[in-house]
Amino acid sequence: MKECIRLEQVSHIYMPDSPFEKKSLDQVSFSVETGEFLGIIGHTGSGKSTLIQMFNGLLHPTSGTVYVNGCELHQSKESRKNARRSVGMVFQYPEYQLFEETVYRDIAFGPQNLGLSPEEVKRNVLEAAEIVELPEAVLEKSPFDLSGGQKRRAAIAGVLAMKPEILVLDEPVAGLDPKARTRVLEQINRLHQTTGLTVIMVSHSMEDVAKYAKRIVVMNEGRVAYHDTPREIFQHRKEIEQMGLSVPQVSKLVQQLKEKGFDVDPYAVTVEEAAKTILMCMEKKQ
Amino acid sequence: MIKDITIGQFFPGDSVIHKLDPRFKIIFTLVYIIAVFLANSLLAYTMVAVFVFGSIFLSRIPVKHTLRGLKSVLFIIAFTALFNLFLTEGEPLFSIGPVTATKEGLRMTLLMIARVFFLIIGTTLLTFTTSPIMLTDGIESLLKPFAKIGLPAHELAMMMTIALRFIPTLIEETDKIMKAQTARGADFESGNLFQRAKNFVPLLVPLFISAFRRADELATAMECRCYHGGQNRTRMRVLKAGSRDVFAAITVFAFCGLIVWTRLG
Amino acid sequence: MIEVKNVSFSYNQEDKTTEVLKNMSLTVNQGEFLVILGRNGSGKSTLAKLLNAVLVPDSGTVTVMGMDTKDEQHLFDIRACVGMVFQNPDNQIVASVVEEDVAFAPENLGVPSGEIKKRVEESLKAVGMSHYRKHAPHLLSGGQKQRVAIAGVLAMNPECIVLDEPTAMLDPIGRLDVLKTVQKLNREEGMTVVLITHHMEEAVEADRVVVVHHGEIVKSGSPREIFSNVNEMKEMGLAVPQVTELAHELIGQGVTLRNDVLTEEELLEELLPLLEESR
Repeated sequence: MKECIRLEQVSHIYMPDSPFEKKSLDQVSFSVETGEFLGIIGHTGSGKSTLIQMFNGLLHPTSGTVYVNGCELHQSKESRKNARRSVGMVFQYPEYQLFEETVYRDIAFGPQNLGLSPEEVKRNVLEAAEIVELPEAVLEKSPFDLSGGQKRRAAIAGVLAMKPEILVLDEPVAGLDPKARTRVLEQINRLHQTTGLTVIMVSHSMEDVAKYAKRIVVMNEGRVAYHDTPREIFQHRKEIEQMGLSVPQVSKLVQQLKEKGFDVDPYAVTVEEAAKTILMCMEKKQ
Repeated sequence: MIKDITIGQFFPGDSVIHKLDPRFKIIFTLVYIIAVFLANSLLAYTMVAVFVFGSIFLSRIPVKHTLRGLKSVLFIIAFTALFNLFLTEGEPLFSIGPVTATKEGLRMTLLMIARVFFLIIGTTLLTFTTSPIMLTDGIESLLKPFAKIGLPAHELAMMMTIALRFIPTLIEETDKIMKAQTARGADFESGNLFQRAKNFVPLLVPLFISAFRRADELATAMECRCYHGGQNRTRMRVLKAGSRDVFAAITVFAFCGLIVWTRLG
Repeated sequence: MIEVKNVSFSYNQEDKTTEVLKNMSLTVNQGEFLVILGRNGSGKSTLAKLLNAVLVPDSGTVTVMGMDTKDEQHLFDIRACVGMVFQNPDNQIVASVVEEDVAFAPENLGVPSGEIKKRVEESLKAVGMSHYRKHAPHLLSGGQKQRVAIAGVLAMNPECIVLDEPTAMLDPIGRLDVLKTVQKLNREEGMTVVLITHHMEEAVEADRVVVVHHGEIVKSGSPREIFSNVNEMKEMGLAVPQVTELAHELIGQGVTLRNDVLTEEELLEELLPLLEESR
């Protein structure tokens, strides 16, 4: 596997030499592979928001190096510009950044800034709108007349229209209701699977991360506590709970069954996996 | 980053100056400003210096902090000083090229520098030793008598309170939106003046919309907590002047009297 | 305590009218913990605003402790009686010091200074924020801000608190913080609580759950009754706890199980004998 982002010994100090000085990242090293779906979890203040801003040069490490596509990010303005182009960033509550008169023009803002031709801009906008399932009628509306879920999807489309190679999402479904959540997550996942887009998703929800991510980075107090597959990570139930995070309910359940001596797969993290392993266990014995 | 700006430079403490009634402190500052403008001799300025540095000493705020406020106006001081020095008519002192410095010019310059210097450190002492809330309370209370002639004292104070509360929130928000638009390729740093102004649209539109939304939600929340303007409103903290404030008042007015005396004599 | 009777409500926007609530009736009983579940746009926030006279119904009546919310005379009595906490903690804190903010409502009500101090102290204690009384709200975490907002409402000595998605913008720790605070108020102080949410985890421990869909109450019952209808909840775009879903899945595969489990302990208890049998 090729890697697209690599962090080496990255530390970041927030407001150095002031009474508010805080070490938000402490010697963080890991890499993201091209085409993977990576989950980043950690409670508020664990450094995960600082971490993702390193990926496209919005923040500079106090020490250490960030590489994007093999290029050292903080070496030149040119490399940062390239990184902004290849790393698409969807921040928390991205609908708050909508500003244009129509949804179409808002989605077009990013590609226009990249200096694409009008035809390319149009193609990118329509493609992005299709991915997030915004019908053409909506594109001519004011973004401020949309429903909450639609606004969120329009804002995500604004980033997708820039055709990033790597998509970073900070809590993409925060504040949405269950149905809207599933819709957005499914769209992202479909895009990841059909195009091989690298996705990095920050989330509080273990259930969501477990369902979609192939690997997870757990941040705690500015350090990488774990970097592994969801199945492996949720085995550290006690440690994870101590970090103020929770493991999915079903994961806890199968682990307890395993501890009681039943032959279930303790790595099951989704409802489907848990149902399957429990049924297998029942049938095997009969 | 824009987030690092600190607003309302209040230094918490419990010195005598901190503990003075904010209403008295505001009046003292006004009296002090008048005194500084009245002062026009070396003797008077020595008195002003003794008074203001004495107050700083009592407030236990490091002198170097109070001087920090001068930095921002240094350029203006230097600029007007040069104007005064060379453009005042009078007895020539020396010339550089076509312009000539005069003795009167030098006097005016020194006077002006002294005035600005003492005004700034005097007024910063007020904001350093009085929390924004106490300041607001003080202003509201001082303006209350004027409510009869239609001055909206309570509304002004409420506006100040809300502004103080929301400035940090809006600064944080500006920072966030700026980052998000930067990630979408927006450029806030280059181009000519017109272009730059145009580049700020993606920042300002979301910021205004969010500010209006906040205002709307805050209004509802305030209504839910029974807000209905200043009528029949009580306050948790009632300002009460004590003997400390009276003593301070005597000192301040005596000081002002002395300055007036230097002009008479 | 609160009686909503045949209430309809519409918003008029330019030329079109959107009916948000349709002939809705609901009773909130003294001391109960009522959860109102529904998707965004189902009308649940409008319902909340009707409960303390921020909005008045187009038709039908809302009465709070016998007072009609249309009666302007009782406006402040009603609002002091039914306190309201909103979603965004930043947009409901007025002052730049915690204790000042908590004092805001009693100041508006014209409570004497000494009494305000007492109420502020008690309210902050009730939400576990006494240590933060001198802090600036913008430096607190989301959960702490929301607890300050709750204290601000408690200082009115209300009979009932209505919380409109108070946890939607919080992280899991903040969410738990707020939920525990509200549960404590309900259990220890006997406070009537109306919690509006779309997080089903928050509904599990309620006395009663009401599901609002397209401006109508479609279901009402204990959390167990409500969540056992997994398919129906999903159709309405709502979720159920993961273990409830798992139990449902297993039942679908022919396993004999109770269909109304809500916690992992309950499901474990159900599964153990079944697995034991097949061992």
